[in-house]
Amino acid sequence: MAKVTTPKPAELAEALEYTTPKTEWMDTPTVIKPGTFCWGAKGKNLGIVEFPNARDWTPTEEDWKLPENWQEIFFKGMKDLLGKYRSFKVFMDICVRCGACADKCHFFIGSGDPKNMPVLRAELLRSVYRNDFTMAGKILGKIAGARPLTIDVLKELWYYFYQCTECRRCSLFCPYGIDTAEITMMGRELLNLFGLNTDWISGPVANCYMKGNHLGLEPHAIMNSIEGMVDDIETITGLRISPSFNRKGAEILFVTPSGDLFADPGTYTCMGYMMLFHELGLDYTWSTYASEGGNFGFFTSNEMAKRLNSKIYAEAKRLGVKYIIGGECGHMWRVITQYMDTWNGPADFLEVPVSPITGTRFENSKSTKMIHVAEFTADLIKNNKLKLDPSRNDNLILTYHDSCNTARGMGLMDEPRYIINNVCNNFHEMPENTIREQTFCCGSGTGLNASENMELRMRGGLPRANAVKFVREKHGVNMLANICAIDRATLSASMDYWVPGVGVTGVHELVANALIMKGEKERETNMRGDPLPGKEGN
Amino acid sequence: MKIVLPLVAVIVLVVIAFAGVGIAGMQFLFGVLIPYAAIAVFILGFIYRVISWSRSPVPFSIPTTAGQMKSFPWIKQNKLDNPSSTLGVIGRMALEVLLFRSLFRNTKTELRDGPTITYGSEKFLWIAGLAFHWSFLIIFIRHFRFFMQDVPLVIRMIEGLDSFLQIGVPLLYLTDVVLLGAVTFLVFRRLSMPLIKYISLPADYFPLFLIMGIAITGILMRYFTKVYIVGVKELVIGLLSFQPVIPDGIGVIFYIHLFLVSTLLAYFPMSKLMHMGGVFLSPTRNMANNSRAVRHVNPWNYPVHVHTYAEYEEEFREKMKKAGLPVEKE
Repeated sequence: MAKVTTPKPAELAEALEYTTPKTEWMDTPTVIKPGTFCWGAKGKNLGIVEFPNARDWTPTEEDWKLPENWQEIFFKGMKDLLGKYRSFKVFMDICVRCGACADKCHFFIGSGDPKNMPVLRAELLRSVYRNDFTMAGKILGKIAGARPLTIDVLKELWYYFYQCTECRRCSLFCPYGIDTAEITMMGRELLNLFGLNTDWISGPVANCYMKGNHLGLEPHAIMNSIEGMVDDIETITGLRISPSFNRKGAEILFVTPSGDLFADPGTYTCMGYMMLFHELGLDYTWSTYASEGGNFGFFTSNEMAKRLNSKIYAEAKRLGVKYIIGGECGHMWRVITQYMDTWNGPADFLEVPVSPITGTRFENSKSTKMIHVAEFTADLIKNNKLKLDPSRNDNLILTYHDSCNTARGMGLMDEPRYIINNVCNNFHEMPENTIREQTFCCGSGTGLNASENMELRMRGGLPRANAVKFVREKHGVNMLANICAIDRATLSASMDYWVPGVGVTGVHELVANALIMKGEKERETNMRGDPLPGKEGN
Repeated sequence: MKIVLPLVAVIVLVVIAFAGVGIAGMQFLFGVLIPYAAIAVFILGFIYRVISWSRSPVPFSIPTTAGQMKSFPWIKQNKLDNPSSTLGVIGRMALEVLLFRSLFRNTKTELRDGPTITYGSEKFLWIAGLAFHWSFLIIFIRHFRFFMQDVPLVIRMIEGLDSFLQIGVPLLYLTDVVLLGAVTFLVFRRLSMPLIKYISLPADYFPLFLIMGIAITGILMRYFTKVYIVGVKELVIGLLSFQPVIPDGIGVIFYIHLFLVSTLLAYFPMSKLMHMGGVFLSPTRNMANNSRAVRHVNPWNYPVHVHTYAEYEEEFREKMKKAGLPVEKE
């Protein structure tokens, strides 16, 4: 594939404006622009998970190698989804195009492309719905806002449904709660009926299905990766910890996104979990089979998401654990909160989570039997079970990014802030329209965190980066904390691009820095190997 | 085109009613048959739409959580924006339906050099929306004075409040001014904001023009060209008691008003105006965020093909053993 160049921040900013083309949107052809789309899925990966029309294809080529009857498949699929999801049906019918959502989308704010306004993104599909599923559309056609599903329309749907990160910010502002995430999910589900997926999503899906995690790490590779971290922990703390894998009879199964095992800064957060659990003497195990908390299947079809998610409960059952703790991740927690129990529950073989350290019973998770590590840790701190030295994070001036899914698909907002305030001394919130339920997406969620679409990612990342820039200028913020593996990977890139000098960290990396462990040596460095504040001269 | 067409459509409707009653003398058609047909279409259509939505299940619990979830006792839950109980959901829906909670959040994104992006408060849409819907509702309730022989006290009280400024003869109703003002603002907003204009369809202008027509004809009747009001009341009560009569001497403007109202009623179920029913069925708003504590059941949940642990171990057994991992089968 040809190398795609990304414009410089200044160039991109200079050309940004919120204007409309002279022609109506239905008459404005969509051009698939390099830098704003991901490579097409490979046939091999689609085949592994039994997706239809598995073949290699290229979005910029004329021929997308679709089956002859693709329209029929699309309409049959649409009818099916309208019958299965009230949300889809209602959202197709009741939008009044008030435009409250129009300027709420990070992709619109960063691209100025009107078809990235949530309302218009939905209209792309609604126009097809009207044409074939409503009386008015059948009779009045274009006057009623209807248009036939041509190949160009299909390509447009593909292009724009892979420019939505299902962050639900638009849904917050909609007077009827119309959720573009839901519409994008339906759109992608339809596109997957004939193999219109991306390489960056279908590869991890195939990996996760066969090997248990998106990265395709085989059992020994997972162990090696964690062993490497154990070595690093020993270097930093002088303590040798020994995590266990696939261990039957452990009290707790721990599941985290595989991104935490693989690349900085996620690995520092991962070391944080392990140090915390070691310090507590927690009876927990890793699994190499259920070695993925995230779920790229969620970005393809409901069925695929369920197939991948099934491993977590299945493994918890096989190992005979009492409950599950999940690591810091965004969409993973939307799935666990709103989907997992419905798909693969009831988890009646597990017990209501009770912290073995504090005795706190997690009533809010009494059915899923899975708790967020931030809940677990916040409870420990509240009950004074951890010895913490926040001054070890004094070189950091922090702000906190709520990930879309934990904010708008769960409501986990104060727990991570509570932790941060206990392990750090310098914390500043970004402006209120950019945090908590109004938080902005990193710009690269829902499997858009590839490299060939970097321009799109940087555009989508602009609102978040801009808010960081504000607190950087005001308070000197140099570190952006979050509880999402995709954030840790992608915000690093958008910070370098828009706000150089701001690093990205998971919350449990901060915990690890501050945590005073029994028998540890005098620490010289933080988790990253940088000298601790006051130890710079050593 | 998408603005002119709906405007012309409403003008044509006015002309039809004018010609039909004023020239052809078809009072019975415009005063009885069409209103009956319109009410029937409205009621049946509305019910049909709501039933058709309800027939699709809600497979997953997908509330948009707009505040802190229910957590520890020492963390304050936002019970209205992230409800975990039915009571909370009722509160959230009441705020949404009665006060347009979500629109109240509205911000205006502005791009400045730098780039610097700011999000200012933007309440005009919320205010205009509230003004429009509430004045419409009050006007509708006020019309009950035409539906009943004896005007109930509550209707008279609403009328009294609505005309408390005591301006003019007959007394000016505030809601008449507010409704017309709000509709005009909503049209103006669609026309003046390029992005909103871009997303607007004829189906967005048509109901606005139609309601404008209804309001204008109503205002004309009350304040300017008088109609034979006793006759109007006779006609309406006749309709409601299924003993239709066409009294003489009702001005043609009344029939135009009635025809536009009939059009609105008949148009309602097949249009975006169904947001009136749909807002109650929106799963992102009407569900409690308790799916971690109470399992949500999907009626069409079906077994799927999964990659089992046994298959996984089969493939990686040698590597697992070599790495010292426990295996089920040696």
